[in-house]
Amino acid sequence: MPSHPDHRGFEIVAREDFSDVTYLLEVHHPQMAKAARAGQFVIVMLHEHGERIPLTIADFDRQKGTITLVIQAVGKTTREMQQVCRVGTHLLALTGPMGEPSHIGGQRHVVCVGGGLGVAPIFPQARAYKESGATVVAVVGFRSKDLVFWEDKFRACCDEVIVCTDDGSAGLKGNVTTGLRQALDADPEIDEVVAIGPPVMMKACAEVTRPRNIKTVVSLNPIMVDGTGMCGGCRVKIGTGIKFACVDGPDFDAHQVDFDDLMVRLKRFSETEKAALARWEEGCRLGTAQPAGK
Amino acid sequence: MAKKKTIKTIPRERAHVEEQNPALRARNFDEVTFCLSPDQAQIETDRCIECPNPGCVKGCPVGVDIRGFVAKLAAGDIRGAYEVITETNLLPAVCGRVCPQEHQCEGACVVGKAKGLAPVAIGRLERFVGDTAIANGWTNIPYIEPNGYKVGIVGSGPAGMACAADMAKAGCDVTVYEAFHVPGGVLRYGIPDFRLPNSVIDAEIANLEKLGVKFECNVLVGRLFTIEQMIGEMGFDAVFIGTGAGYPTFPGIPGDNLNGVLSANELLTRCNMMRAKDGGFDTPLPIGTRVAVIGAGNTAMDALRVCKRLGAAEVRCIYRRSRAEAPARVEEVHHAEEEGIDFQWLTAPVEVLDDGKGNVRALRCIRMELGAPDASGRRSPVPVADSEYEFDCDLVVVAIGTNANPIIGQTSRIKLDKRGYIATDADLATSIPGVYAGGDIVTGAATVIKAMGAGRRAARSMKRYLGLRD
Ligand SMILES: Cc1cc2nc3c(=O)[nH]c(=O)nc-3n(C[C@H](O)[C@H](O)[C@H](O)COP(=O)(O)OP(=O)(O)OC[C@H]3O[C@@H](n4cnc5c(N)ncnc54)[C@H](O)[C@@H]3O)c2cc1C
Ligand SMILES: Cc1cc2nc3c(=O)[nH]c(=O)nc-3n(C[C@H](O)[C@H](O)[C@H](O)COP(=O)(O)OP(=O)(O)OC[C@H]3O[C@@H](n4cnc5c(N)ncnc54)[C@H](O)[C@@H]3O)c2cc1C
Ligand code: SF4
Ligand code: SF4
Ligand code: FES
Ligand SMILES: [Mg+2]
Repeated sequence: MPSHPDHRGFEIVAREDFSDVTYLLEVHHPQMAKAARAGQFVIVMLHEHGERIPLTIADFDRQKGTITLVIQAVGKTTREMQQVCRVGTHLLALTGPMGEPSHIGGQRHVVCVGGGLGVAPIFPQARAYKESGATVVAVVGFRSKDLVFWEDKFRACCDEVIVCTDDGSAGLKGNVTTGLRQALDADPEIDEVVAIGPPVMMKACAEVTRPRNIKTVVSLNPIMVDGTGMCGGCRVKIGTGIKFACVDGPDFDAHQVDFDDLMVRLKRFSETEKAALARWEEGCRLGTAQPAGK
Repeated sequence: MAKKKTIKTIPRERAHVEEQNPALRARNFDEVTFCLSPDQAQIETDRCIECPNPGCVKGCPVGVDIRGFVAKLAAGDIRGAYEVITETNLLPAVCGRVCPQEHQCEGACVVGKAKGLAPVAIGRLERFVGDTAIANGWTNIPYIEPNGYKVGIVGSGPAGMACAADMAKAGCDVTVYEAFHVPGGVLRYGIPDFRLPNSVIDAEIANLEKLGVKFECNVLVGRLFTIEQMIGEMGFDAVFIGTGAGYPTFPGIPGDNLNGVLSANELLTRCNMMRAKDGGFDTPLPIGTRVAVIGAGNTAMDALRVCKRLGAAEVRCIYRRSRAEAPARVEEVHHAEEEGIDFQWLTAPVEVLDDGKGNVRALRCIRMELGAPDASGRRSPVPVADSEYEFDCDLVVVAIGTNANPIIGQTSRIKLDKRGYIATDADLATSIPGVYAGGDIVTGAATVIKAMGAGRRAARSMKRYLGLRD
């Protein structure tokens, strides 16, 4: 049964913590594991009082029938999930795979750039490019050495992995654009760059490749509700037109994206979100937080 | 046997129905209009002259046997009335509340044609019957003999629900797939509680479950599996697509991407389905102090009245034609006026103005006047020179229509029409054998009862396709 493996929702079968803000959840959903392709995402709802949040499918295992999410705890929902999502607990809702899969095939030399919460989402792309026969360089950025994760997974499917850290404690010192430049300088035959991460980072990558005329794809992360094209909340400016990222994307041509518009729109609810987090933290302190998803 | 009623002998005034006081209701989400009491229902029943050739039935898109159910009511048989209605209309408690009756059944009622008389309040009577059925737990479940056929329904709005019910009654094993975490379609996410309480939708879904229909939520068809897979490896003998038309349009004026400009669908979904209005729920809800809603259909009326209830001080409706052309139900416009909505008829938005930080500060509009009739036969609005003006606002809600949802088209080889809706023949068959479609995804945004009618029409075709007796 696809939607009701049981009445409680979708079971979490594995969890790993990469740092005090980044954690991995592996969720049982055989049908989704079968359908998922690189570039797609899910919408998750933790419990009845929860909000619907989009998360990229960072990995899927068709044999085990699971999908993997890698989440950064940034606000109320992702912090609460960090607190309550243990192995054996359930997500109330999990819908997907959403979005158009990445267009993979035909490229010969590709650089996959992942920064911050984009490191995990870039993984399925890197693997898919490799499987399609391309030469793949991964550039992954972290704040410091302790936060590095999945280096082994990237090494297993890429021809080269360039780790960048802000403080230089591992790999190159600097952000991912330093690594991207290095990769582009080393291989003049790069015909596609894919970048996933915070909008500032994707924008910076787009500016690196624009003068070099290299096709660049970014995965946009606007605020979503339904993920089915019904609300238009996720609309983004691409060239002169408007697109809904959940159904027309989330992948778009980086050189056409209006990143400034995206960044402004991501702040739509920042006041409410701050207040929600503060209320929740206060609730945790007092032990009166809402009962979480069972 | 009661004496034969005539236009001359029936009560001239419609039975009084209680409504929440406008000042009070503009602050809550409780229902605006109450159900007729049994006595009131009796008075209204008396107003129907039970015409030999009733106009009302022709006015109803699904041809509810109105005279027949009113006759049962006249005989005091509410259960009988329920059975008559549900032969054609599965959801009397819903349609009684939300049908645009003035253009449908009531618009064609003979009594309404007589000078000075309002038509029989068919919608209210239908709701009375529907609500009584829910309160008493009545359902109209025939003896069902399983026939072994498996039917898949995509989308749990009124079209999908109606098709599911008919196929289940025919003995098929029916599964409804819904992308959201709760079923109901627009009835759930769009239409607010003060017009259609969630408890009514829950009761109707429960009735379908009693017929054996299975609901599987959190399933995005097309992406989790395709229509072709349903017909192929998943073993469905027939499939119905009722995915609705929810892909909102934006006006394409400068500033329409600013924070504070959102579709009515987004506002209503956050408020209704995600229950952001209730407190203790995590979904944020943008609340404005000064709100402008663009459009004057049912969706716009709902957005206006929701914003009012969320505490906005000023709520304006911006519509480029006049009140007479407004597509919303007359009752909703009237209720909105009573609740203090400021209607700016004959006004079109020109530009959304910015506060310098990416938020809405004001809306610039232009006055319009009605010119020559356009293709739709309605007089088309033309701008009045030098009539631009602006007013301060912090929220602009867009309710100017929707396009076809693209997901099924993106993920299957099904034939679409020029505008992206699913192409069907007169029997609602699509280009894929065994796959039917109906409701807003075929016609574009329409009404609940039309979507239900399409679901039932498709069910008839599916039965024929499967070789089942209708
Ligand atoms: C297609 C897509 C894929 C994503 N993949 C991942 C992923 O793999 N891992 C990950 O950690 N994060 C991912 N995100 C971002 C993630 O959805 C947000 O971080 C999360 O919703 C924040 O919720 P919160 O309540 O914890 O924080 P909040 O404090 O509520 O929000 C923090 C910030 O996150 C953004 N945000 C808030 N609500 C939403 C929403 N409903 N939809 C999108 N963004 C929102 C806003 O910019 C907000 O300011 C993805 C977003 C999109 C659109
Ligand atoms: C705010 C608002 C107010 C309205 N008021 C009235 C009114 O007063 N009276 C009236 O008669 N009409 C009204 N309407 C119109 C009426 O609601 C619609 O015409 C009717 O709901 C259409 O029914 P449907 O079954 O075709 O689609 P919908 O009700 O739109 O249902 C479609 C369902 O399919 C689901 N879905 C979509 N894609 C997929 C997929 N790929 N896989 C799985 N599920 C999917 C959607 O999530 C949704 O639940 C209103 C509409 C709105 C938006
Ligand atoms: S279904 Fe709608 S149009 Fe038909 S009789 Fe009932 S209220 Fe009137
Ligand atoms: S047309 Fe009016 S009076 Fe005649 S049967 Fe219908 S509801 Fe009754
Ligand atoms: S999230 Fe609602 S349209 Fe994309
Ligand atoms: Mg949040």
